[in-house]
Amino acid sequence: MIKAVAKSLEEIKSMITPYRRVLTIGCGGCVSQCLAGGQKEARALNIKLRASAASDSDALFDDITVERQCEQQFLKELDNRISTYDALISIACGAGVQFLAERFPNLPVFPGVNTQFVGITRDIGWYEERCKTCGDCVLGLTAGICPVTMCSKGLFNGPCGGPQDGHCEVDPDTPCAWIAIYERLQAQGRLDSIAEIHPTRNWQNQVPGRILVEEYRARYVENGEKT
Amino acid sequence: MKSESRLETILRCGHFALTGELGPPRGADPDAVRKKAAHLKGMVDAVNITDNQTAVVRMSSLGACLIAKQEGLEPIYQMVCRDRNRIAMQSDILGAAALGINNLLCLSGDHQKFGDHPGCKKVFDIDSIQLVSMMKTMRDEARFQGGEEITVPPKMFIGAAANPFAEPHAFRVQRLAKKVAAGADFIQTQCVYNMERFRAWLDQARDMGLTENVHILPGITPLKSLGMARYMKNNVPGMDVPDELIKRMQGVEKKDQAREGIAICCEQIQQMQEMKGLAGIHLMAIEWEHRVPEIVTQAGLLPRPEPEQG
Repeated sequence: MIKAVAKSLEEIKSMITPYRRVLTIGCGGCVSQCLAGGQKEARALNIKLRASAASDSDALFDDITVERQCEQQFLKELDNRISTYDALISIACGAGVQFLAERFPNLPVFPGVNTQFVGITRDIGWYEERCKTCGDCVLGLTAGICPVTMCSKGLFNGPCGGPQDGHCEVDPDTPCAWIAIYERLQAQGRLDSIAEIHPTRNWQNQVPGRILVEEYRARYVENGEKT
Repeated sequence: MKSESRLETILRCGHFALTGELGPPRGADPDAVRKKAAHLKGMVDAVNITDNQTAVVRMSSLGACLIAKQEGLEPIYQMVCRDRNRIAMQSDILGAAALGINNLLCLSGDHQKFGDHPGCKKVFDIDSIQLVSMMKTMRDEARFQGGEEITVPPKMFIGAAANPFAEPHAFRVQRLAKKVAAGADFIQTQCVYNMERFRAWLDQARDMGLTENVHILPGITPLKSLGMARYMKNNVPGMDVPDELIKRMQGVEKKDQAREGIAICCEQIQQMQEMKGLAGIHLMAIEWEHRVPEIVTQAGLLPRPEPEQG
């Protein structure tokens, strides 16, 4: 899932300085799971913003949380709510912020979190990156350990000369991805999988991505024109 | 001959080659390169010109290569994958070849976190083995990585690096084999201090038949002081400095440590000259270029061969 962390209150306050009627919008999707952008966080942020504008009798600070900000059907619920406000804060991931801004193009929308990565939940409050969404998955060759994400240099053909005590030279808390790949493949008897040269790849994530599922193509594309 | 490289000629003739290293300055002063070059001229067969080593910004390797060449050295253009994508790399390779630079050393590069611009964006579009392969395709097939034809292909002698001491130890020779399969003509290794482990790695390489297909030049860096020995042991990733060496440096007075470091280095060179499967030495006297004549003389590596080109 997408992992995010809250921006500092100072940064959020400085972004919304010119505005006095602000709605903070939480997201019930990924960012609520990582304790950054859900209902609880939306409420807490709103309380802080309201408290910092306590002396301003015209100020209006509210919060609301939708199921997911990356789907229009949930954003639609906000259509009748936003006219009261002159700015919105979204604490969804960057995708949610953009989709909200697209739906309400006349209102300034400010991000309340920094989107970090696609990752896993090791335990409550402990998240780790696992995928760079490179669009051309090689995990089958590398024993389920991603060289693009987990190797600091994104190497495809084995470890650089720098690992120390099994860890990446860049960070002693990060295991060397290639040592892990090597050891797991060895245990599985599959070292052949990294013996051959992995050729130069053609990066798939160099333009904004779009997926049109084949079965639904007809629904969105008519006579070669997108509807 | 695959290239017009002087280094290739020397290696092909069967001479025990000696390469050196020159770190470009942190400024635009060509005299800084010339000064270092003067110490190396006639002392080594070719000189690696580093590419923003330790991710600290310096004069470009290509720029310093050209100055070194004008000074009569045979430059080895080092290129790392950290800062450039394949378009920039191929373009620089063509430029270098056009300027008469005939050797390319293909490296991954130190991570930017260690350098003076830790907030920069890393590139790593391709890795060092893919760079070797791309260079070989450009040279031998006259094609760019993207497939298009090259009108006048760059005739570079291709180098790569190896670290016999890094983990996972069992994979190190296999990684060397991948570099050879990708097209490396010569290999320069990480600084060797642990001779026993180096020997074990070389034995493996020889058993796999690699030493017949690639020229291996082990890296040697003379220790200037006890402090440097400790720093290399504790702070440089992938370095193996045995305790005996530290003790030996400890055993001499501070003022004599440089001399002891050079003595160790000469002993290593002598031992390596006797090992089967080595093509030469890569002498990295880091910020110690002015001591190279002394080291090379003491190690009995002079005079250097003067092969006829072509």
